[in-house]
Amino acid sequence: MTLQELASLLDAKNISTEDDLNSIVINNAYACDLMSDVLAFCTPGSLLLTGLTNVQIVRTAQMLDIPAIVFVRGKVPLDETVQLARENGIPILLTRYSMFESCGILFAKGMKPSIQMQEI
Amino acid sequence: MGAPVCLEYRIEGNDFMVAGAASNNIKNTLKMLGIASDICRRVAIITYESEINLVIHAGGGILQAIISEDHVDLVAKDEGPGIPDISKAMIEGYSTATEEAREMGFGAGMGLPNIKRNCDEFDIESTIGKGTTLKCVVYFPQN
Repeated sequence: MTLQELASLLDAKNISTEDDLNSIVINNAYACDLMSDVLAFCTPGSLLLTGLTNVQIVRTAQMLDIPAIVFVRGKVPLDETVQLARENGIPILLTRYSMFESCGILFAKGMKPSIQMQEI
Repeated sequence: MGAPVCLEYRIEGNDFMVAGAASNNIKNTLKMLGIASDICRRVAIITYESEINLVIHAGGGILQAIISEDHVDLVAKDEGPGIPDISKAMIEGYSTATEEAREMGFGAGMGLPNIKRNCDEFDIESTIGKGTTLKCVVYFPQN
């Protein structure tokens, strides 16, 4: 789905880019507050949903070529975080939905997980 | 490509605002040199995990990338407290990170295993009270 469709589904506000969100297509997502896990398991091109709002979230996105970040449960990121995202052209979306609700909404509309199922 | 491109950065300990800037510079340099994006991403993961380790555990150190025609040598060197048991540090989930690092989303004990997974050659030496040197090599596939 396009980032614009995704933003509409999550009733989310874009606060970091002027870019046309219709031009970005995202089919996979990874939801996590642990950047160590994101770095280990998230596949390139995936959307990142998180409740953490510090600058290292954007740094992690830079390293992994993550095209956009959704901050969940009404969290507002630090100014430094928004600034770094702007400098790097990474859209930041803010949604009032919780992580669970956000994932449920996107999953129901066909968004796929970022990683393959792990054996246990 | 002619002579190797050498990049070296001083990483400050406990500075979470700047952490990752050096890794981003290394990644951008590789991109500019036309290196494939999956290789750039693997190098970025290695350098970023190393940079975060220098910030969290070592009180800072040096991060170095030497980009040659067919590979990149990566070195993270510090004069920190050293790693008491490297085999333990290589176990996924084992972590000695500070509370501050955990609040930033790190300290899951995935760093060194993730570095090893993303490089082609991996070597780590550590002496208690003297510091740690991590050396990695990533080869560029020839088309």
